[in-house]
Order: sequence, then C-alpha cells, then structure tokens
Amino acid sequence: MNPFSYSKPSDVTQAVNLASPASRFIAGGTNLLDLMKENIARPEHLIDITGLPLKDVRPTDSGGLMIGALVSNADLAWHPLIERDYPLLSQAILAGASPQLRNMASTGGNLLQRTRCYYFYDSTVPCNKREPGTGCPAKEGLNRIHAILGASDACVATHPSDMCVALAALEARVHVQGRAGARVIEFADFHRLPGDAPQRDNQLGDDELITAVELPAPRFQQHSHYLKIRDRASYAFALISVAAAVELDGDVIRDVRIALGGVAHKPWRDTAVEQSLKGQPVSRENFVAAADAMLRDAQPLAHNAFKIKLARRAIVRALSDATLGGTV
Amino acid sequence: MNANTPIPGNSALGQPMDRVDGRLKVTGQARYAGEYPEDGLLHGSVVSSTIASGRVVRIDASQALAVPGVIAFIDHTNRPHIASYDEDYQDADAAEGSPFRPFYNDRVLYSGQPLALVVADTLELARHAGSLVRIEYETESHQTDLSIGQSDAHTAPAETPKPRGDFSGAFAQAAVTVDSHYSTPNEHHNPMEPHASTVFYKADGSLEIHDKTQGTQNCQDYLHSVFGLEKEKIRILAAFVGGAFGSGLRPQYQLPLAVMAALKLQRSVRLTLTRQQMFTFGYRPQTLQHMRLGASKDGKLMAIAHDAIGQTSRFEDFAEHVVEWSGMLYQCDNVQLSYKLAPLDVYTPLDMRAPGAASGMVALECAMDELAIAAGIDPVQLRIANFAESNGNEGKPYSSKELLACYEQGAERFGWSKRNPEPRSMRQGRQLVGWGMAGGVWEAMQMPASAKASIDSSGKITVSSATTDIGTGTYTVMTQIAAEAAGVSPQDVTFVLGDSSLPTSPLQGGSFTVSSVGTAVQQACRALRAKLLDAVRMAHPQYAVVDMADVGYGDGYLLIDDQRFAYADIVRESSHETLEVQIDAKPDEKREGYSTATHSAVFVEVLVDEDLGTIRVNRVVDAVAAGRVVNSKTARSQILGGVVWGIGQALQEESQTDHTLGRFMNHSLAEYHIPVNADIGEIDVLFVEENDSIVNDLGSKGVGEIGIVGVASAIANAIYHATGKRVREFPITLDKVL
Repeated sequence: MNPFSYSKPSDVTQAVNLASPASRFIAGGTNLLDLMKENIARPEHLIDITGLPLKDVRPTDSGGLMIGALVSNADLAWHPLIERDYPLLSQAILAGASPQLRNMASTGGNLLQRTRCYYFYDSTVPCNKREPGTGCPAKEGLNRIHAILGASDACVATHPSDMCVALAALEARVHVQGRAGARVIEFADFHRLPGDAPQRDNQLGDDELITAVELPAPRFQQHSHYLKIRDRASYAFALISVAAAVELDGDVIRDVRIALGGVAHKPWRDTAVEQSLKGQPVSRENFVAAADAMLRDAQPLAHNAFKIKLARRAIVRALSDATLGGTV
Repeated sequence: MNANTPIPGNSALGQPMDRVDGRLKVTGQARYAGEYPEDGLLHGSVVSSTIASGRVVRIDASQALAVPGVIAFIDHTNRPHIASYDEDYQDADAAEGSPFRPFYNDRVLYSGQPLALVVADTLELARHAGSLVRIEYETESHQTDLSIGQSDAHTAPAETPKPRGDFSGAFAQAAVTVDSHYSTPNEHHNPMEPHASTVFYKADGSLEIHDKTQGTQNCQDYLHSVFGLEKEKIRILAAFVGGAFGSGLRPQYQLPLAVMAALKLQRSVRLTLTRQQMFTFGYRPQTLQHMRLGASKDGKLMAIAHDAIGQTSRFEDFAEHVVEWSGMLYQCDNVQLSYKLAPLDVYTPLDMRAPGAASGMVALECAMDELAIAAGIDPVQLRIANFAESNGNEGKPYSSKELLACYEQGAERFGWSKRNPEPRSMRQGRQLVGWGMAGGVWEAMQMPASAKASIDSSGKITVSSATTDIGTGTYTVMTQIAAEAAGVSPQDVTFVLGDSSLPTSPLQGGSFTVSSVGTAVQQACRALRAKLLDAVRMAHPQYAVVDMADVGYGDGYLLIDDQRFAYADIVRESSHETLEVQIDAKPDEKREGYSTATHSAVFVEVLVDEDLGTIRVNRVVDAVAAGRVVNSKTARSQILGGVVWGIGQALQEESQTDHTLGRFMNHSLAEYHIPVNADIGEIDVLFVEENDSIVNDLGSKGVGEIGIVGVASAIANAIYHATGKRVREFPITLDKVL
C-alpha cells in the first residue's frame, strides 16, 4: 500500500472538486482496500465520501426509487420497498459477498468493483487491465472463471458484481456528478466491454462521483428470480448468474429481461432475444430457444467451455423459476 | 511405580472438558507470534521472486531506502553469515536433499522465493518500501507441470514395501478388475494465522523469539546450526498457534529472515507473511495415481497395485506415505506398490494433515467403490469381506482394529441399508441424491518425549513439555491426563508448553502428540505421585515400607489404610518448597510386535443438481476407532475439522499454477476455495469403543489426521451414485459433473 493523503468532504461539490486522476473516492472500501494492499490501486489521495448525504432510499415521481450511493448493500437488500417491489435486486445482493462485507459495501461502490481475474490481482504478472500494453496471460492461462461473451484480445475478464446483474435487468439509471455538472447514465451504458482499453471498466470520468442509482417503477415483482452458480455455497463470485424478470399476461410473456453475470466484462443483456420472447407463451421450448440465442456468439477459452452449457441451463432454470415456480 | 488403585469417582479422562485456554482465545487475550509488542520493534517485509527459475542480476533498493522510516535492506549480498553445509539446514522434518537456504546466493529456485527484506519502523512502511524494490533477473526456462515432469520421475526415498506374491499373475486371473487413474491437486495449508516471527533482541545478544511453529526446539536447533548461535542464546516460544496443519513443522523462511535482521541491526524485529506469501512455501503435493484391483467373483481381493507419482522440488525429495495404505488396509496376498517423485521448479512440498493418506486413500477407496460396482457387491460388504486382521506390509497383527465396528455402527447411524444401489435412482426434486462411503486409516505413532511435573504447597501441579498446541486442544488434554495420573482435579493442574527451554518434545504432528507427550505427562505425574508417597514414608515411619500398590489416590489425597494425606500437606511437611520430577518417555517395547493404526468409516449423502451440477454434501457420518478418547469434545472437534477439510479436498481446494509463469495464481482466500459454513450440512461423529493395551498406557491413538482420511473418496463415491459419473480428477468442481 502506497502512502496517501486523506480528506473527508461533507458535500458532493466539495468531493468532486477534490477529485483528480490520482485520487479515489472511498466509501466501504471493501474492494479498494484490497486493491491498495495488493498494490493494484495506488491512489495518492483518498476522498472519504461516507460523510456525504447520500444515504436515503426515496420514492421518485415516476413511481420508482432513488437509492443514495451510500446506502449499504445490506440495508438495500433488506429495505422493505426493495424486498416488496424489487425482490430480484434483494436476492442478487444477498447472493454476493458475506454479511460483513454487505454491511460495509455501498451501492455506488458495488458498481465499481473490479474484476477477480487472478492475473489482474497479482501485480507481479502482466495484465492489460492493470498495466495497459503488458499483455493478457489469462487468455492462454488459467481461464476457467473468465468471459465467454464480449471479450477482446486485450482482456477476457468478467465483472464480479451480483447486484449489477439485477440492476441491468431492472434497467436502473446511474446518477453521477462531476465538476462539469450532473448526468444520468443508463445502466446498459454504464459498464464497458474491454475492447482495446480494458483498464476502463465504466464510463465515469476521473472527477465523477456516483450519487444515486434510480430504479424505474416496479413491473417484475411477481415474476423474477436471481440464480447464482458458484464453486461454493457462499462467499464466491459467480461462475454464471442469471437475473430473470418477466411480466406475464396469463401464460403469455408480455415483457422479459434476462441479464447474465460471470460471462462478460459487464452484466450481459441481449435485447433482441428478450424481444423475441415477447408475446410467446411460457414454455420450456421457448426458454431453451432464448437461452440458445443468448449464447450463440459465446467464445470459449481453454478452461471455460462449460460456462456455455451452464449458462444455457441456468437461463432456462431462472426463467422457469421466475414464471412458474420452476415447473417448466 | 504404578499405583493403580485410584479412588473411584470422577476420572478426568474421556470427559468433554472445555478448553482450558478457550476463554483466553475468545476474549482476544491469547497472543500469537506476530502480536507480541515491544517499544521500538521493527517490521520486515519480504520481497519475493516473480520468476520460477534463473538468477538475480541486480537488486535496486534505492527507492525503498529513500522512504522515510525505512531502516535497512537485506538481500543475499549483505546478509549476516549463514552456514554452508546442507546438514546445518536439515531440521527434524527435512526432506532428503539440500534444504532451501533463504538469501544464500543469487539463484532463483521457484516463483515466490524470498529475495530481499525491507525493515522499517512500521509494517505499512516496510510493505510499501518493499513494493519499490526493483529486481533484475536472468531468466532460465522452468517446468512446473507435473503432467510433463512425470516423465523424469525417480523412485522416492520412502522405503515403500516390497512387492508380495505375484500381482501380475493374480490380476490377469481375477474375475473382476478395476484399472483407473486418479489425480489430486496441490493444496496449501492456509491456517488462519499467517506465519510470523517476532524476534526480541536482548541486551546480552540473546534472542527470544515468538514463532508460529509446531516445534519450538526444532526451530531452536535450526537457528543454532544455520547462524552458529549458542543454543542457550536462542529461546523459541509458541504459546498459541492459530492453526498450522503441518505448515509449521519445518522452520519457515520468515524465521531466519527475521533473525538476520535482528542480528544485523541488533534490534527487535517482527516479520509477518502476507496471505499471498502463504503460498510461497510448503504445500500438499499434486499426485498422479494408477490403481489396479483384481478380485474374485465374490469380491475377495486377489491383486492390488498402486502406483503414485508426486511432485517435489529440484532441491529436495519430499516423500510421504501415499501407497502404503493399499498394502495394509485389506487382506490381499498379491500386492505391488510404487511411489515416484517428479522434480519441478517449485518449492518443496510439506506434510499437510494426513500427509500421503489424504491423497493415497482417494485412489484406493474410489477404486474399491468401482470394484464394488463391477462385482455387484455392496461397498460396505466388499470392505467387510476384505477385512485384514494384520498389516500385510509388515506381517504384524494390529494392536487393535475396530474397523468392522466402524462399518457397522456408521452404516446403522447413516441408514445405509435403505440405499438403492442403482446410480441416479434416488432424488429430491431437482436434486439427485447419492450415498457413498469409504474407509480411513492412519498410523498410530509414538515418539520419545519428556515432561516435568511439580507440586507446590497449595497442592497445585504444574506440568510442562516443549510441545505446542496448534488448536488441537493439547493444553486441555494434557491437563486431563496429568490430573488423572496425579490424582487431582483438572482445576489443580496447569500445563505449560510452547517453549524450547522446557523438557524435550517431538514436533507436534502426525497425530502422535497425545501418544508421545501424553505418555510422558502420564509418567511424570505418576512419578510425582510416587515422590509424594516417598515423602509420606519419610515423614511417617509407620508407612516406611508401605507398598505403592496398596496406596489409593484421588482428589489430591493419598490414601493409606484409612489415613488420608493431602498433597498440599505432604509438600508443606517436606523440607522442599515444591516436589518435582522429570521423566523421559519412550514407546513401549511391546509395540514392536504389532502394527498400530487408527481407522474410520465415512458415510456421505450428496445432493447434485441434475441441470447445474452444483454439489452439496448434505450429511456425513464418520465412525472412528482411535483407541481411548481423552476428551470427547476436542476429539470430536478434530474429526469435524477433518471432515470439513475432506469436503474441501473433494470439491474445492486446489492451488492453481500458471505453467507459463511457473506461479500459483489463486493465492488469496477469495480464490483459493475452502468450505464456508453454508457448504456444511450435518456431520455426525461417533467414536467406536476400542480397547488397546499395546499402543501406550493411555490406550489412546490420536485423532489429528483420521478425520480427513476417506472423506473425499466417500464424496466422490456418493457423486457417482447420484449421477452415474465417475470423476477421478480432484477437486470435483461442478463443471466435471455437468
């Protein structure tokens, strides 16, 4: 861990004015502290944002919810309105990390978790995400946990968050503020695919701070399911996860969202597949067809071909559990 | 000397006594090696190699030394003098060969090798400065892949039993055969407490060292020979050890490095390894195993061949008992065992809980399951049919072997008779249910050990030996053994350990601490009781010739006729402040005619999701025969821990190497998976009654290892039963059953 200076602003403007390319905002620190101890993140300045007034969950005019960036993952998962109206989000959060981590981790910070790629996490080996241009040993190395969709020559890492998979399915919006002002980013646009700049996980500028995550009015509370498949029952990142959210009209699918975790550099959605399910009856055949379509372009590496098969089955399982309690 | 007429009443042995050190531990008062404070204590940080083979050309520490608060930088060019001969580095658990010498020269032997040490005022500064050290290498080619290295394997220096009978002939004629290959991965111990040494540099130049170790005197001897220091000037302390599992059997490199810094600076220094550095020394080695079993139609074993290849370093031949079990657990006349080692550019492996057995029994007990299926015989019945009264490797009967009772009582508790033998025949909703079982075995060894016992005028007894308590409950069980042998309540006994200046003790490992140190404690306390009787004889002429056998004892009294003599009074009336004895205990000669071993039968229920491949170990019954159980609570905890580890071994644990980089890559507890609470279902431990008057006077065999043995096989066998898929490459992650 390199030496750093520290400040604790009390309002958002002050916070973003302190920001620079060499600074990091810190809230729960559940990922950043690890990265600092491993010499992966070496900020010269830490801006502690835990004093900012971003801790509320409040209803929006459009019937949704505005979640302050500093609401802890635990508080969010157990929030009565989230449990009632967005059970998918609640399930996804509780599928991640451990109770201790969820108590510390913030909503905004969860969006900014960095990949768990072994090579990224070892500062003595090459990694394009950590040090652009050094190469990607994971491509030919240990890649059982790596991406099958949307990867590039430069990077095959996956995004580790569970919460983000649910937020992608729910089409949340990310409210950010920088020195130039505030803006709103659609969740699908927030995280990036690696391309030739894998060092950039998302669209945030160096001075931009996430202030809130906005959920649209609830539509899927009756029929949603978060399925996480991992190497142990808790405290492990997803090999595959699926956030499935369905709006039914009798046994016909009026609307559907399917987001995948553990497969790509960002939560993975395929709106064309979702579109194709609309108006179709709930049936195993339709779910299988959707799963096949979502994985059509999947590219396996040496050790992760199983993820394609597993993702297919997981999509079918999640849609089935979301719609009919797993009976199809 | 034996006065075997205890006053009937409460025996301390066998009781589920709470840990005597439990309160200290849960209230944070128990200090571990890296927690001892001193004003002005310096902190070290190790800089490790990033290549697997080659030499150091140049180390640039200028940036590190420029950091305010950095006191010193040490590498192979400026370290204090260390020994030149291999034998000076060979500790009590050394493998054959040329032990690793930290900072000896410019050679890089493996990735993660310590190459430099930064010493600073604080831990944070030391670690930061360490990250600024730049090392220039001359890289040489390396090989870390056992699947390639196996072609260069040589016979292990392991005294593997010679072949008996005619394996090839018998195998060719067998009605039913199994011919299967299995592999087990590298695993790191990962105790909760990382390795650490706090070296207090005393005014007279002597060193008082708090070290994470399983052998205080082993470390003392090592420092004596490596640094040429007088033994009297080195004291190693290890009052508490936060788990070790074998990782503390050999002196680990943080110890000599911390000593180097202390000697060079003549100051006190602490060195604590990072979790990542816990992957840079000993580990359970990967094995490739070939198992061939031949049996008659009714399942009687006619031929067993077990061939294993393990990995080792280029500088030492680490050997463990991988294949021996296949020659001793079952009755078979035609047995052929081989064990080879493949040297790679890695660090030397190290004993890890049930070394050799945990991996070797995977092959034997999975193959037995395959044989049961091939022969159409129930797996328990197959094992009963092949039960061995004597150890075929040694040609000696077992001192006791209640394995049949383990099978029977374990099966009964589990409900094995309700098992449908057909794979995929049992299910709960989407979960396929599998029931599997396996046997376990571990040697019941005993080493020479010494102990001292003293009693003061308040009747309080202090017993000591240089052994450690690595979390197993040594403090507690020794207290119980001492109380029983001395004839006092456990509350009147204090057991002292973890100090190289105490009476000699072997390394704490191999499940032989109760047998070895326990016997010494028992003998010391009996001797102390005899000394108390001597004092009575002296003080009371009418009892001058009373025979020991006619003296009762218990509750802190000697009982002669109707006369009660309180121990406290005896001491007070003697001319001494305390009465004290020290004894050296050795294994009894009567052991020589026997094989001594612990056994178990493990029964497992797994649930396997038929679509997703996720595996849950829902239920385990482990029936254990380990002689007399000294403390039913700590013994159960030992078995529980072993079973949990067995679940990890079966399903999760694997140190993954990138062979291009020659480096372990999942070096964190986030990515090196061990079971979490949510992975663990019901675990039912039962100890079958086993009387053994041969193994030692306690009749106790030790339970440190046996809990893990057989668990992984039982799980693999249950997974086969659930899914019809036989997975022979461990760990069995879900992708292998999809």
